[in-house]
Amino acid sequence: MRLVYFAQVREAIGLDAEERDVAPDQSIKSLVELLSAEDGRYAAAFDDRAKLRFALDQQMAKADAIIGKAKELAIFPPVTGG
Amino acid sequence: MIDVRVQTEAFDIGAEMARIDGAGAIASFTGIVRDDGGVTAIELEHYPAMTEASLRELAEQAVARWSLSGCILIHRVGRMALGEAIVLVITAAPHRAEALDACAFLIDRLKTEAPFWKKEYRGDAAVWVEAKASDEARAGEWSCSPGLTRLSP
Repeated sequence: MRLVYFAQVREAIGLDAEERDVAPDQSIKSLVELLSAEDGRYAAAFDDRAKLRFALDQQMAKADAIIGKAKELAIFPPVTGG
Repeated sequence: MIDVRVQTEAFDIGAEMARIDGAGAIASFTGIVRDDGGVTAIELEHYPAMTEASLRELAEQAVARWSLSGCILIHRVGRMALGEAIVLVITAAPHRAEALDACAFLIDRLKTEAPFWKKEYRGDAAVWVEAKASDEARAGEWSCSPGLTRLSP
């Protein structure tokens, strides 16, 4: 699936998007844990879990949502437009 | 009539006000780059695949809840200097209460739901803006049942 990152998360990871193989029964939360354990940049980007927001196929999703057949997962900080 | 746009270029507030459908009452909100402790510019990042759809969904909710005859939402992205307009919300309805409430609803919800992120520049120093709890609280106040409004007609 495609992972996309924005704002502080994008800068901390150093990527705006990447392709990853993700088990469909995995939750967003467990994927975040997995990535954090894999690499310090992800650990830094996801350090404050309370300040992470997610969208599955462009729909806002909770951390415990199952990824399922979604094609795109976006991870970003709380929005600050307007 | 719903018109939602995400664009880098500046918008003409007067021209947008003149083209909205509807008579009776027109309300608008314009957000402008503010000199918060020496801010010289801001940069707006967004999630292109999601932004327009999320703005359109908010506009559709407002039109249904307040029976609007017209709704225009324009949000700029990219870099903007101090004093430039960032966002424009225009709502039209037969009476002022609906137009004013819908306009406040749209800007309050947009600030907490639409995928935009703001970076402030003070000269060369750049800092991401943190989301405010007060914005969450304002947006949450609109979660009452449809038909309830803040102002009496």
